[in-house]
Amino acid sequence: MSETAAKQDRVKQDGIAPINVSEPHLYRDDIWQPIFAKLRAEDPVHYVADSRSGPFWAVTKYEDIVRVDTDPKSFSSSYKLGGVTLDDRTTSQSFMQMDAPDHTVKRKAVTPIVAPKSLKQMEVLIRQRAANVLDDLPRNEEFNWVDDVSIELTSMMLATLFGHPLEERRQLVHWSEVLTADLEDPDSPISSEEERLAVMREFFMSMVGKWEKRKSEEPSHDIVSLLAHDPGMADASLEELTSTFGLFLVGGNDTTRNSMSGGVWGFAQSPDEWTKLTHNPKLLGNAVSEIIRFQTPVMYERRTATCDTEIGDKKIAKGDRVAMYYISGNQDESVFDEAEMLRIERSNARQHLSFGMGPHRCIGSRLAEMQLRVLWEEILARDLKIEVLEKPSYAFSNLVRSPVNLPVRIKG
Amino acid sequence: MQIIFNLADGEIITTKAEEGSNVMRAAVDNDVEGIYGDCGGQAACATCHVYVHPDWIDKVGRAEEGSVEESMLEGAPADVEENSRLACQIECNASLDGLVVIVPEGQ
Repeated sequence: MSETAAKQDRVKQDGIAPINVSEPHLYRDDIWQPIFAKLRAEDPVHYVADSRSGPFWAVTKYEDIVRVDTDPKSFSSSYKLGGVTLDDRTTSQSFMQMDAPDHTVKRKAVTPIVAPKSLKQMEVLIRQRAANVLDDLPRNEEFNWVDDVSIELTSMMLATLFGHPLEERRQLVHWSEVLTADLEDPDSPISSEEERLAVMREFFMSMVGKWEKRKSEEPSHDIVSLLAHDPGMADASLEELTSTFGLFLVGGNDTTRNSMSGGVWGFAQSPDEWTKLTHNPKLLGNAVSEIIRFQTPVMYERRTATCDTEIGDKKIAKGDRVAMYYISGNQDESVFDEAEMLRIERSNARQHLSFGMGPHRCIGSRLAEMQLRVLWEEILARDLKIEVLEKPSYAFSNLVRSPVNLPVRIKG
Repeated sequence: MQIIFNLADGEIITTKAEEGSNVMRAAVDNDVEGIYGDCGGQAACATCHVYVHPDWIDKVGRAEEGSVEESMLEGAPADVEENSRLACQIECNASLDGLVVIVPEGQ
């Protein structure tokens, strides 16, 4: 039996009711596809009565996800109601876990970091780094693309965004991994919430040191400086400050990194698409959107209903947790043909849900696209032949779709 | 019919638009820089924010109070003004032939 058929068989045997899409092993084992296909077909707004985070609604169709994401009045992001992850995280208090008007004002204050002018300046640096990393890769020898390329490049970007010493960039990656670690993961770098807190304190102290320094200097364009000079942050609580640093840390680390790996895997499964791109590099802009759809680095965001309402034909009660499964919306067969495959000429690739929709849409979307575009431009310029030796393995997480190991070889 | 885009750097792009289409579509089809239309026209991404030329704003109309469009405009990178609209929410019809919109700087 083929691998896909075996997966489908497993899903068929069980009914709908017990399906719990918040189990991290579904994503580590990469067996989520037929489960969401079944939900989209039979129970698109699915009630998970029992999960380790408590009961929640899983919204799985494109249209319903957009409806929830663009109705922030009925579906709150506020940390006071539990925030944006299935686990109630009342200590995560960045603007991502706020509603209007606070969200609007605080978000706006940090948009300059990803404004077109800043991006143009960053592009030169990003290209230089991508070129160096690619040139240093071994030839005719197996290596892990995730570690040697994806993490390497995104950690350098993080160091720049935070004004952190470049040689200590892996420290930022470690902090980010601790922040998002699933405690049930056998490979988790931490084993308790206390430990998480202790490591976060270390991250925070490092940031506070920079904060004080930036405050006394002329405003510059790293994120610490932007926040230090933002009058809206002057009276921010300790929780808000830590969470805001954390938001940019995870946002800059665990997202683009995953798309850098996912693209390689996508092209490996569809070699004709790679040939198309090499013959017509103008397709790269659309290919980048398609890679981000295909990968869906952040698999869901949670909201909390602020009133009794409806999604599809389901009645949602005030206070219910609602999870928008972007990973499923990006596979919705009524919107995307052959959604399981990378198709770089897909006419609606840009309309993917990986950045979310509505007022909380990813603030770094243009930076993410630029980093990916530059990486692939440099790969094309070198005519690198990347051979994937094994399918990727994924992190034990129900939130981020993070390839951990992607063994490849470059012919030289 | 024609839709005219004034860019922040002074460039003026005159586009041909189909009646029944929308202003975002006219921009994207003609590669007008600064207008992305990521969400495909659902007023869900604010990447097609424009300022309607003052001579045209009454004809075009303003964003409806309490609408998704209004809340998206408030969060857009460029400041929201009286004449701010999402281009995807402006339908191209004969009465708007020659419409002039300004693309915000830094979008």
